[in-house]
Amino acid sequence: MEIKVLGPGCAKCQQTEKVVNEAVSELGMQAAIDKITDVLKIGEYGVFGTPAVVVDGEVKSVGKVPTKEEVKGWIS
Amino acid sequence: MAEGCCTPGSNIMILACSGASNVGQLTNQAAVELTQEGFGKMFCLAGIGAHLSGFVQSAKDVPQMVAIDGCPVACTKAILEHAQITVKGYVVLTEHGIEKNKNFKLKREEIEQVKAAVRAACNGQSEGAAVK
Ligand code: SF4
Repeated sequence: MEIKVLGPGCAKCQQTEKVVNEAVSELGMQAAIDKITDVLKIGEYGVFGTPAVVVDGEVKSVGKVPTKEEVKGWIS
Repeated sequence: MAEGCCTPGSNIMILACSGASNVGQLTNQAAVELTQEGFGKMFCLAGIGAHLSGFVQSAKDVPQMVAIDGCPVACTKAILEHAQITVKGYVVLTEHGIEKNKNFKLKREEIEQVKAAVRAACNGQSEGAAVK
């Protein structure tokens, strides 16, 4: 499984990354978590804002910090 | 895409049908000008129509939105509904007394009228609340 957290690196982006990391480790899953901070690369996902979370190529959340439960729902 | 970091809560998504008529192009011009004036940000309706997840999810998650259709065919609304996106603020130009035709020479007073209608459709739209 491939998870990407899109965001240039503000507090909300960092919080999102933390939530994603926790969800993955609590479920004991194997997942590559990438942080995409390059604005041009982020633009390729067609998101209206950041932070955003992408799971296996599909954008799951945009412009907010998801809850851990939401993330677990996307990856399990 | 966000230029800065994180989307400010007040960022309003503007979706125009951009159709091939005066009213369609008025939706586009109003959306462009409102974006340039900082009222909100025009977003790609075509991306939503293509069901690309970044566009669809963005429209689902955005707290404030105004969809603009030129005429009662209501293409923007249909695209949003097809992608299971809640339509929040909504404006149809022909309901504001603008007649549909094929004259692409847009009138300044009509552009201003559309912009005012879009602003009004957004008033009172609280974060996450559907007004229509
Ligand atoms: S809503 Fe009307 S003007 Fe806009 S694209 Fe559809 S048919 Fe054309």
